[in-house]
Amino acid sequence: MTLTLTSYLALAAILFVIGLYGVLTKRNAVLVLFSIELMLNAANINLVAFSKYGLFPGVTGQVFTLFTITVAAAEAAVGIAILIALYRNRETAEADRYNSMKG
Amino acid sequence: MSFQFSGEFIAFFILSVMAICGAVFMINATRVIHMALSLAFTFFSIAGIYLLLEAEFLAVIQILIYTGAVSILMLFGIMLTKHKEEEQPSISSWHSIISFCATGALFGLLIWVIYRSPLVSQAPQKAAATVGQLGGSVFKQYVIPFELTSVLLLVALVGAVILAKREGKK
Repeated sequence: MTLTLTSYLALAAILFVIGLYGVLTKRNAVLVLFSIELMLNAANINLVAFSKYGLFPGVTGQVFTLFTITVAAAEAAVGIAILIALYRNRETAEADRYNSMKG
Repeated sequence: MSFQFSGEFIAFFILSVMAICGAVFMINATRVIHMALSLAFTFFSIAGIYLLLEAEFLAVIQILIYTGAVSILMLFGIMLTKHKEEEQPSISSWHSIISFCATGALFGLLIWVIYRSPLVSQAPQKAAATVGQLGGSVFKQYVIPFELTSVLLLVALVGAVILAKREGKK
């Protein structure tokens, strides 16, 4: 058995679906952020797999993955900051309790 | 199809089992700290997958940023927000059942498309992408997105500080 592109794509699909399930079912907002990071990682696996096994192998997929990792890090930082600001106002970290826009 | 297991296949199998087990444990664990640690484990396995795909630089970046920085940031998020030690179950059982069915359907669709589409997976190029090629591509062809990324990081830094700063007095 040899490794093909489909093995990596299937692994990425599994991780993405697990992350999506976490986003849909978790109540703690920190865990929702966790699951989003997992989904972004699954997308990165796709990019790197295509940059090696795709129709046009090259370095472009890896460059895009670098940019994605950077944007994901910025997203995590801003997400945690928003979460802490929300927690200070509402005294809870549960996502389904954030149900009004103005205090 | 010959059934002789190459070392690459065994490594892929072990790494993907590690990644999926970490993710499933992240979903199922009861304590939030265990979830954070298992997610860090998943990120580490994904770095191994990158090594398998001959993207050494990305593997190192993955360990530095995800296993290191993002996990620690998430741990800070957990510590700074008071939460119940045990994660409460979902709001109602039908909510999680519907979510499970929907994500299962999406998974089936994705797998169906992946295994049906005629993706030509020929032998990979002999000349693997080196770190030098990666740097050349980033700093020549993609130099404007690179500079925009630096602006984005600066904005995110300032924005995170302002958002998390205590409001009110002064």
